[in-house]
This record gives sequence, C-alpha cells and structure tokens, in this order.
Amino acid sequence: MSVDIRNREEEVENETLLDKGGYEKLSGALLSVRDLRVWFELKRFGFLHAGYVRAVDGVNFDLHRGEAIGIVGESGCGKTTLMKTILGLYRPTEGEVSFAGSEVDTFGSQALQSYRSSVGYVQQDPYGALPPFMNVQSILEEPMRIHGIKDELERDRRIRDVMSEVKMTPADDFLNKYPHMLSGGQQQRVVIARAMILEPRLIVADEPVSMLDASVRVEILRLLQKLQDSHDLAVIYITHDLSTVRYFSEYIFVMYAGKLIERARVHELLANPLHPYTHALLEATPDPDYQNALTQKEIPPGEPPSLVNPPSGCRFHPRCSRMIQGLCEVEIPPDFEPEPEHFAACWLHR
Amino acid sequence: MSDNGNNILMRVEDLRLYFRTRNGVVQAVDGVDLDLGYNEAIVVLGESGCGKTSLAKAVLRLLPRNVDTYSGHVYLNGTDVMALDDRDFRRDVRWVKMSMVPQAAMNALNPVLRVGDQVAEPMTAHYLADKEEALAQARRMFQHVGVPVDFLHRYAFELSGGMRQRVALAMALVTMPNLVFLDEPTSALDVLTQANIFNVLKQIKNELEVSFILITHDIATSSELADRVAVMYAGHIVEVSHASLFFAEPLHPYSRMLMDSVPRLKVEQEPTFITGHPPSLLGPPSGCRFADRCPSRFEKCAEEPSVFEVKGHRVKCWLYG
Repeated sequence: MSVDIRNREEEVENETLLDKGGYEKLSGALLSVRDLRVWFELKRFGFLHAGYVRAVDGVNFDLHRGEAIGIVGESGCGKTTLMKTILGLYRPTEGEVSFAGSEVDTFGSQALQSYRSSVGYVQQDPYGALPPFMNVQSILEEPMRIHGIKDELERDRRIRDVMSEVKMTPADDFLNKYPHMLSGGQQQRVVIARAMILEPRLIVADEPVSMLDASVRVEILRLLQKLQDSHDLAVIYITHDLSTVRYFSEYIFVMYAGKLIERARVHELLANPLHPYTHALLEATPDPDYQNALTQKEIPPGEPPSLVNPPSGCRFHPRCSRMIQGLCEVEIPPDFEPEPEHFAACWLHR
Repeated sequence: MSDNGNNILMRVEDLRLYFRTRNGVVQAVDGVDLDLGYNEAIVVLGESGCGKTSLAKAVLRLLPRNVDTYSGHVYLNGTDVMALDDRDFRRDVRWVKMSMVPQAAMNALNPVLRVGDQVAEPMTAHYLADKEEALAQARRMFQHVGVPVDFLHRYAFELSGGMRQRVALAMALVTMPNLVFLDEPTSALDVLTQANIFNVLKQIKNELEVSFILITHDIATSSELADRVAVMYAGHIVEVSHASLFFAEPLHPYSRMLMDSVPRLKVEQEPTFITGHPPSLLGPPSGCRFADRCPSRFEKCAEEPSVFEVKGHRVKCWLYG
C-alpha cells in the first residue's frame, strides 16, 4: 500500500473532525458505507493477473450513534472483509467508508490513530487475541500508551473503571493474571475491556461469543448490550448465528456472496423473512425440540458460490427453489422495499 | 428402549478416568454409568472441561500417557471390553465395533493422501481387505454420506468444510461399526452446512442402523439427532432422559439452567445465564458438584447425591430423593 504524500496536508482537516467533540457538530450517520467494493487480485506465477476475489461487492448502509446492527452470513460471504475494511485494515477497491463524515481511506497515520481510538474491536477467539506473555494490566495499558495517555494515575483509574464495567471485580484479583489463567468468559471480558478502554464510539465485534460455552454466551452478549446502552455506542455485531442476534441488535443485515441481500429490523426479519436465503437460514437454525430429530430439514442444495466467478444475476439463483427463469440468472436484483424499512434484493419482491 | 435388557448395545458402569498432572490428579470422568440401545442416538451435553471428550476417549481406550486411574466396565454386546488387552482391543473393538469422529477431524485429514485412500485405510488395517475391496467399501460410504464418488481421488484441500466433515464421517463408518462417537461434529461449520450434516446423520442412522453418541455443548443442534440426552457436569452424569422428556422439562437444576441459557429463535424467551464456574476437577467438592451455583441448594447437598428415577428421568440430585 502506498500513501500519497500530497494528501497528507489535506488530512489535517480530517483530524480536527475526529476530535471527540467533533461528532456533536455532525448530523447524520456515524458510519456510512457507500457502494463499497473490496476486491483482492489473484495472481498467477506471482505477476500475471488471474482475476479478482470479489469479497465485498456493492455494500451500502448507515450506522447511527447508539444503534446496533447484526451482520449475518456464512463463512466466506465477505463479512470479515467488510469488517476489516471498516476498521481501516483493508482499502476499498471502490466506494467509501466514512466515519463521522470523513473518509477512512484518506486518513494519514495520525488521523488513522485517532480513528482507531474511536473504534473498538472485539475479536472472535479471545485466547488468540490476547498476548500470552502480558498480564491483564499491561494488556489494558498498552492501547493507552500508544494513544498517548501518559498520566499513570489516569491510566490506573481507567483500568479500574473499565474492569468494573466488564464485571471483573475486584480488579486487583485479575490485573496480575495472564490470559491462560482466566476462563474463556473472563478472557472475552478482557478483550472487551481492551476495546472499551479508549472510550470508543463504535464497537466492531466479530463473532464475540462463538468460541464460548452456551452458559457464558448470554452473559457476554448482555454485557455488550449494557455497554452499548450506557455509552451510547454504535455496534456492529458479526455472526453466523441468527439466534443470538435477536437478543442484541436492532437491525439484521443478511450477507450472501459479498452482498447485503436483506436488511430489516430484527423482529420484522424474523417474523417475515423475504429473501429465500434468509428463509433457509431461519429454517436451518434449530430451537431445542425433540421433534427436530424426526424430520429432515429442507436445505438449499449446493454451497455458497466462488467469489472469483460469482453467478450472473442474483448470486443465490443456482440454489434458489423459487428462481424466476429468464430474470434471476440475468439481472442483478436491486434493493426492493416491499415493506417499509425492510429491504430485500430479490426479484420475487419487485 | 434402553430398559429392555436384550436391546442394549453398550453399557458403561462406573467408568473412571483420572489424569496425573503437576498440580494433582484431575478427575475427568468420575464414575459414569450409561447405557445405549441398538440404533439409538444419545447426546452427551456439557460445558467445556466437563469431561465429555474424556468419556469418549475412555470408552475407546484412546488414552494419553498421564493416566492415573482407568477403571470400570464397558460391556459391548454383553462382553466386557475393558478386560481385553490392548492388542485384542485394537483388533476386535476399536474401529471394528466402535469408531469416532474426533473434534475438528475435518481439519486433520492427511493433506498428501487422496481422501478415498484415507477412508479405505481402516478396511485394509482391520479386515485385511485388498485395495480394490477397500476402495469399493469407501465408495459405498461416500454414497451414504453424500459425497460425489469421484471425490475419492481428490485431496482434502480440494474439498469444502462440509465435504471434509462428511469424509471424516465416512472414515468412521467404513468398517460398519455398531457405534460411532461424534465429538462436536458441526461446531466449525456454517448453519446450512450444519443442518445438512445432521440430515446425513439422521439418514445414516436409518440406513445403516448404527448407534451414535453425540458429544456437544450446542443444545439446540443436539436436538436434531437425540433419542436420549445425558447431561454431564464436572465429570459426573447428572441427568439422563428421553429427548422428548428432556427438551420439554429437564429436571436437574443444572439442566434447567442450561436449557434456559439457549437463545431461541422462534419463541419469545429471554435467555438467562449461569453465574459462577464449574468446579476444578483437581480435587472437586465432596458433595454435589453443582451445589455452589445451584439456586435450590439445601443442607443435604453437602453429600454426594445418589441417582433417582423420576418421571422417566434419571437424575443425580437430592431434590428428587
């Protein structure tokens, strides 16, 4: 990645926007994703062009302060690429991600640093996300050192505040421990504490509970929910598990092969799924009931398509039982809005 | 089903598996009793570290080096296989009568062997089949688990996660065992693939008449296969009951709290969580091991509970004494 030096001066303006007070002046979305495409180039023999992996291919959404969205999709549908682009780890091929009105891709190193202090990241595997050679205290201190909080008392105060917020009290019992001494739930709390310590405005949580036991999952989701309420955080919750989304977010976005195919409020989407793929996902997610064992489930055949050569038209059409011949395999469906605030990219709802 | 003495495939009695560690003895499996009928699927539910994988390894005698105590009885078709020496056990029992799909097996396929050869290998090892025969049996298994037959010649990296999981399953089934242990068979798979694998398992259970012991912590998906449910907590089995009874009304306080912690998709119900942690298996508490976290604890819980039969459930809890 090369950074254009001439752009650096213009970025100073962006940096002022990123002051914590700057948000208040802005109306509109905290995070806005416009027509985002992230393609990775495939090379043959290291230099010949061999096509693109279209990991994210035309994604649009807005996220406001205090809103929580859940992005649901199978592995390989591009949800992690979307998240990493939002975090500024990948550059968009086309389109833009704007945070508080300024485009993330244009940030220079300073603006990027300040952006990262306003965005917290909760990783999937807590044990893998915590350095094994650092104790909880130094894990929580590190972001503050990097972001120039030099006052030791201030750092200590913040650590204690955040530890009590993630319900790891008394803090002194934990601060000297190393990650391997903590249970999975406690490790995930430390990861959340680390994401919260710089007082971010946006939290991106990538499958935060998929590695945890059932009995702990709910606890961690509740904790995230409480933090969201008390800090008026915007949260992007990425998961493949529909059943946890409903307890957490207000909106669900369903992603398939690099595109958002359905967007709606949680209850609307669960009660009235419009896209056949969403329908299949709901169908496949069981509730505990002994009758599940007595029947075979109807599952769309096949597997998600390759993102190098995605199917023409609607990307779900080869697996769809309700495909309309001559339309679905030819034209890419736009977002239709058959119900207010419920979008589905499916020709059935034209 | 399990009450009928003639219909029992496997009976486990007082099985114990303790490990020696630097900090002391870990009582991973501590006096487990369990029986399993022909063509029955039983689910062993429990949180991580409760000993459910150790239970499978103890039955299959796949032991690490630091075993401290290994005792009890495993009757398979009426013979005590624990009494066999290692050579006989390997020749006559493991992978012949019972096999296992270990956790993350799909990622443990040999990358330099064609999957067909890998699936056929137990046939040549146990039945001394020649290569043709073994491959023919592998081909039949591929059809059962729904992998296209020409995938026999592919390598693991050429298959998707769901297909690799099916290959691992085919490998456990190729010798036509009576019993297959499935250790978290779908934990790394997507929702649709997971539903697909469970469709395959149900189908195989009908077609090949095998029994399954499914080890998982995922309660919702476990109901996809379960005839009966066994709940494990800190090395003990605390409740065993038929799926229809268990999913409607679990009796042990732990099973209840576990069921209440499941997020539901189709029913309006706020999940709750269980406070505290399971006890350490290094010197666990002497009474009921769940007592510390139990809302209905009373004086009696300081003693180890016996197993009571209530309304078709077998519960290890004083509340029913």
